[in-house]
Amino acid sequence: MVQHNAWGRKLFIALNYSLLAAMSLVCLLPLINVLAVSFSSAAAIEGGKVTLWPVEFTTRAYTFVASKKEFLTSMGISVQRVLLGVVVNMLLTILTAYPLSKEITQLRFRTGYAWIFVFTMLFSGGLIPTYMVVREFGLIDSLWSLVLPGAVPIFNVILMLNFFRNLPKELSESAFIDGAGHWQTLWRIIVPLSMPSIATVTLFTIVGHWNEWFQGLIYMNDPIHYPLASYLQTIVVKLDMTQLNDPTALRFLSELNDRALRAAQIFLGMVPVLCVYPFLQRYFMSGIVLGSVKE
Amino acid sequence: MIRRNWKIELPLHFMLLPGLILVLLFCYGPMAGILIAFQNFIPVKGLFGSEWVGLDHFRYVYGLPETITVFRNTVVIASMKIVAGLIAPLITALLLNEIGKRLFKRTVQTVIYMPHFLSWVIMAGILLDVLSPTTGIVNAVLDWLGVTKVFFLGNADWFPYVLVGTDVLKEFGFGTIVYLAAITGINPALYEAAVLDGANRWKQTLHITLPGIVPIIILLLTLGLGNVLNAGFDQVFNLYSPSVYSTGDILDTYVYRIGLGNGQYGVATAVGLFKSVISFALISISYFLAYRLANYRIF
Repeated sequence: MVQHNAWGRKLFIALNYSLLAAMSLVCLLPLINVLAVSFSSAAAIEGGKVTLWPVEFTTRAYTFVASKKEFLTSMGISVQRVLLGVVVNMLLTILTAYPLSKEITQLRFRTGYAWIFVFTMLFSGGLIPTYMVVREFGLIDSLWSLVLPGAVPIFNVILMLNFFRNLPKELSESAFIDGAGHWQTLWRIIVPLSMPSIATVTLFTIVGHWNEWFQGLIYMNDPIHYPLASYLQTIVVKLDMTQLNDPTALRFLSELNDRALRAAQIFLGMVPVLCVYPFLQRYFMSGIVLGSVKE
Repeated sequence: MIRRNWKIELPLHFMLLPGLILVLLFCYGPMAGILIAFQNFIPVKGLFGSEWVGLDHFRYVYGLPETITVFRNTVVIASMKIVAGLIAPLITALLLNEIGKRLFKRTVQTVIYMPHFLSWVIMAGILLDVLSPTTGIVNAVLDWLGVTKVFFLGNADWFPYVLVGTDVLKEFGFGTIVYLAAITGINPALYEAAVLDGANRWKQTLHITLPGIVPIIILLLTLGLGNVLNAGFDQVFNLYSPSVYSTGDILDTYVYRIGLGNGQYGVATAVGLFKSVISFALISISYFLAYRLANYRIF
C-alpha cells in the first residue's frame, strides 16, 4: 500500500511538472511564433514553413518599420504620454491618498471626500457623455486628453492609502512634535518610507499608459496624434478584418510581406512592456499583497 | 484627546483639492451628460440647446431586435468568463503549490503572469495571426492532426468560446497570485497535524488547502457579480467582425458603434445609461455581499 502511494505520488509529480510546463508553453509559443515570423523572409512565410524559428533570417521588416514615419511619430507620442501621465497620476495618487489615510479626527469630512472618489468606481457617465466632456474642454487632438480623464486612478489611491495607513503612526507623530506640518511629513517621512509600493504603482502606471489605445482612438481626430498603441490598433487589427473574407486581398498583402511587417510592429509594441516586466515582477507580488492586506 | 486645529488640518484639504477638481470635471461632468439620453443631442447646439425627447430613445432601443441579442451576449460571455476566470487560476495555484523546485516554480510564474501585461491590441495582433484559418499555426497543427480547420474568429458558434479561452489564457496566470497568497496564509500547524493523522498530500489539499481558500473564492465570486455586464470591451472590439455580431457583439461595442460610429449620440447614451444603472446596482449588491460574507471593505 505504501509502495502504491509512493508510485502514485511520483506519477502525480511528473504529470504536474508536465502540465505546468505545457501551460507555460501555451503562453509563450504564440509570442515566439510571431517573433519568428517577423524575422523570416516573405517566401518562407508564404510557404507556411515558419513555426518557432526564423526561416531565411532577414531584418527587412524591421528596417521597413524603422523608416515608417507614422510608426516613429506615434512612438514619440507614446513616450510623451507615459512621462506626462506617470507624473500626473503619481502626484495625484499620493496627494489624494495621504489625506484619506488620516482618521476622521484629523480630517474633517473624510467620509464625504472618500465617497466622492469611491462613487466614481461604482457609477460612470458612460462613453458618449465622457467623450462630449473631453470635447467641450477642447482637448480633442491634445496630449492632455490621454492624461486628464483618468488623472486620479482611484484603485491606486486605495492601494496607497491602505499602505500609508499601515505605516507606524509614531513616525508622523514624532515629525509633528519636531514641528513639521503635513506637507513636510508627507514628503520627508511618508513618501521615502513608501518607496517600494510607490515604485510598484509607478510601474503599473507606465505599463497602463503605454498599453492604453482606446482614448487615443476616440480623442484624436487626426491619426498623426495617435500614440503607438492606437496606431497599432488601426494597422494590426483593421487590416486583418478586411482580409478575413477576401482571399485575393490576403494574397496581395502577403506578397508585400504584410504578416512579417505586422509581426515586427506587434513585437516592437511590446518591447517596453517586456523591459519593465522583470522589475514589475520583483515588486508587484509584495505590492499587491501589501495593498490587499487590511486590518 | 481630539484636538481639532484648522491650521494644522488645512493642508490636508489643499492636497485633496486637485484630485477633487479633476474628478468633478471628468467623472461627475459626464454624469451630468447623461441628460443626452433624453435629448436629440446635436453637439454644436450643446446640452442646453438640443431638443428634449423624453424617453423616446429608450422606447426605440427597447423595440430594436439587436438589443436583446446584445444584452444576452454580454451576460453569457461575462458569466462564462467569471466562472472560467475563477476555476483556471484556482487549479493552477493548487498545482503550483505542489511544486518543490523553486526555480521551476518561479520560471512558470514569470511566464504565465506575462500575458496580463500585454494590451488586448497586442494580444489581438498575435491571436489574429496564430488563429488565422489560412496561415495560422493553430490551424496548421489541427490540419496535421487530421482535424478540420476552424475559422475561430469568423465563426459565430465558436466566437464566444474563443473569447473565454483567450481571456483565460491572458489572465489565468495573474489570477493565481491571489490564491497563492491565500495558500501561504494557511497555518502550517494544520498540515503538520494532518501528516500525524496520516493524511497524504491529496488529502491535505482536499481537507486543508481548499477549505483554507474558500473565503477568497467566495469573495472573488461575489465581486465578480459586479462584472456581469462587463464582457470585456478591449478584447471584443479587437477580435470581432460583422460575421460574429450575432454572438459576439456586447453592450460596450454596441454603444461605441451606434454612438461614435453612427453619431446617434442620444440612443448610444441611453444604452450606456441602462448599462451603468444595472452595473451600479450589481456592484453595490456585490460589495454589500462581500462585506457581509467576507468582511471585505474597499478602504
